[in-house]
Amino acid sequence: MNKFKKFFYSQKVAPYVFVLPFILSFAFFWIYPLCSTITMSFQDITPTGTEWVGLKNFSKLLKDTVFHTAILNSFEYMILTLVLLIPFPMLFAVLMDSRLVKAKGFWKACLYVPALTSVVISGTLFRLMFSEYATGQMNVITTFLGLGTFKWLKMKATGLTALLIVCCWRWTGVNMLYFISGLKAIDTALYESADIDGATAWQKFRYVTIPLLKPTTIYVLTISVYAGLSMFMESYMLWAGPDSPNNIGLTIVGYLYKRGITKNQLGYGSAVGIVLLVIALAINIVQLVLNGTFKKEED
Amino acid sequence: MKKKVLATLLSVAMVSSVLAGCGGSGDSASTESGSEAAETTDAAEETADDAAAEEGTEEAAAEEEIPTSTFGDPNGTHLEMWTFVELHGQHYGNMVEKWNEENPDRTIEITCTTYPYADMHTKLLTSLTAGTGAPDICDVEIGQFPNVVAGESTWLVPMNDYAAPYLETMVKARMDVYAGADGNYYGIPYHVGAFVMYYNVAAMSEAMGLSQDEVIAKIDSVVTWDDYAALGQEYVDAIATEGKYWTSVDTAGVDWQWIAMAEYGDDWTGGFDEPANVQLDSVKQMLTMEQNWVNSGLAQVSPDGHVDLEAGFQNILDHNIVSFPKAMWYMSRFTNYMPEESGNWYIAKCPVFEAGQPCSVGVGGTGTVVTQQSANIELAAEFLAWAKMSEEGEQLIWDNLGFDVCNTALWNDDAFAHDDSNQYNAFFINYPYDVLYSIKDDIGKIYSVAISPTINEQFCNVTLNDILENGMDVDEALQAAQDVVDLEQ
Repeated sequence: MNKFKKFFYSQKVAPYVFVLPFILSFAFFWIYPLCSTITMSFQDITPTGTEWVGLKNFSKLLKDTVFHTAILNSFEYMILTLVLLIPFPMLFAVLMDSRLVKAKGFWKACLYVPALTSVVISGTLFRLMFSEYATGQMNVITTFLGLGTFKWLKMKATGLTALLIVCCWRWTGVNMLYFISGLKAIDTALYESADIDGATAWQKFRYVTIPLLKPTTIYVLTISVYAGLSMFMESYMLWAGPDSPNNIGLTIVGYLYKRGITKNQLGYGSAVGIVLLVIALAINIVQLVLNGTFKKEED
Repeated sequence: MKKKVLATLLSVAMVSSVLAGCGGSGDSASTESGSEAAETTDAAEETADDAAAEEGTEEAAAEEEIPTSTFGDPNGTHLEMWTFVELHGQHYGNMVEKWNEENPDRTIEITCTTYPYADMHTKLLTSLTAGTGAPDICDVEIGQFPNVVAGESTWLVPMNDYAAPYLETMVKARMDVYAGADGNYYGIPYHVGAFVMYYNVAAMSEAMGLSQDEVIAKIDSVVTWDDYAALGQEYVDAIATEGKYWTSVDTAGVDWQWIAMAEYGDDWTGGFDEPANVQLDSVKQMLTMEQNWVNSGLAQVSPDGHVDLEAGFQNILDHNIVSFPKAMWYMSRFTNYMPEESGNWYIAKCPVFEAGQPCSVGVGGTGTVVTQQSANIELAAEFLAWAKMSEEGEQLIWDNLGFDVCNTALWNDDAFAHDDSNQYNAFFINYPYDVLYSIKDDIGKIYSVAISPTINEQFCNVTLNDILENGMDVDEALQAAQDVVDLEQ
């Protein structure tokens, strides 16, 4: 008993015991699938057997025009979501933190509720709203505005618009919460001293809020890059499956799903996953280095 | 120091979320929520509250109700069955009661679970790959069949022996489409899916100022696609209203290409031995004709891509189109979704390019399989063959599901085909089985092989949209499709 107690009270051992559950689940659910994905990407997996094929899956990806479309779509989507989902939530967060807005709790809840709804249900509703038929919600609105009707989910531009609307609807509130928590961490004394120095509201935002929100912004940027590249559910629900006209809604993960799951080509699907991993890691490492996240502290 | 901690945290968050995303490919059961799960991870690292909320979302999604029904004798052998159409499950429910009456010593209890289409096929493939978790009996849609039959006898039970007593009167082509590359039959069909032409006689007679009989006489005299287009022009000229078309062409379905191939005896899949070739003259001819119709205002592009969708039903109800070719199983869409059209529609043979060509093809379908994972293979297979191929089974398939059954002996059986209490016989102007019987020897088949999903996907996603929506040159679009197909073979 004493030994047992000593073991757990030992300052050397205890930390490892505490992190063990995380390490185990991390190894089991993340490291292991990653390794097996890498192995599988060099294999051709059929119901009757598994065969090593070297780089064949990757060389096929180079020639696969559908995959290229998927990459392009994911990139466009990611960039546009960055443009929309960082400035606007930041703005909303600042508004929520200011004295300009009444009933803050209500507005916060309004913006956050979409993130709590099931994508399956909201996606289905959005699909019906974007129906090309004249009775679809969006077409009713555009007709009312005198713009005529659109085949929303058939054309590239309108399809992407629909996706972005769903995305903004869903994630604005979440990003806003990140920024609000970032704002809470900013010392109010800084604003007071800025007031004393005669700074305008814009100057306070530009020279106090933005620089001090940088860690939060970098975090949001990092997860948004990955979330944008790995988007799947929104497009899957909007087009009721991984297929869309002219592949306008096909994303990298959508293609992974289509190959790996629908067509049961797990080897090829794994190769798609590896490419996604490499792209997302590369972009984020470059972005983090440029933002100075890995730099040594100067203080 | 703070920054360093942040940097570490960020890297971990980033890597772990990437890993979670990729993990999805290996662990297929949860892939659909894979991306969501990745985001859950991110949220969890920021605030615990967010994480809890996200998990709540997923639980809510998982709790969606899956209809499950159990039929038969609770003391009998238990069989598990999956389908993606609830009515199919009910068919087995009815059949199991009959089976138990006839076989009191080998009674069955069957649980039928209805999953959404894509989910069911994904679940089935995953459980077959994993070697555990598959049901005894499962419906497989024909478009998905090649993925499942790839497992041949490792995954599925060859049905040859069990189907043998019924084969004589079955349409052989429909058995062949559910065969594996080894030549064994793995799936049992519900229907022929004979391709026919549906005409809205009431709307035509009103617009053209003719009696119904005169319109029917005109329809009956249509032999070629040129005749069909001419009659359509007559209708469009008579009605002369914007938004009213003769027919609608599909961008999300390849039925029109199938009928063209069947008429010329072509098959773009090349069957089990030849390489696939989509640049066939028959396909080109059909696409060019469809493109011309769209340009001339004779046809519109089907809303949402084909007529078997809500938008398609609405389009038919609004009389925006008054004729379209579709398989005979579309009859049930009329009774289920467009009951107010009762008495208006007439079924006729499909037109051909050159007189004398065969005028139909078996389209769509569901093959039901027995998996090797079943603990009662013998019983499951015997029951399945009986439930779908025996006369009792076929009678119920026609009465409840409204399918053109594969047992040709019944097609001209008066009691079966001309039963006026049958809702489909009552709905249409003519008896559907009379049309079916008249094209008995004209029903072609298109193979469903490993390359089929690729061809269908390319056509429905890209090629047909390019040609019919974007006005692309037919040869150019087909070349692009062939390039994609070639990458896979």
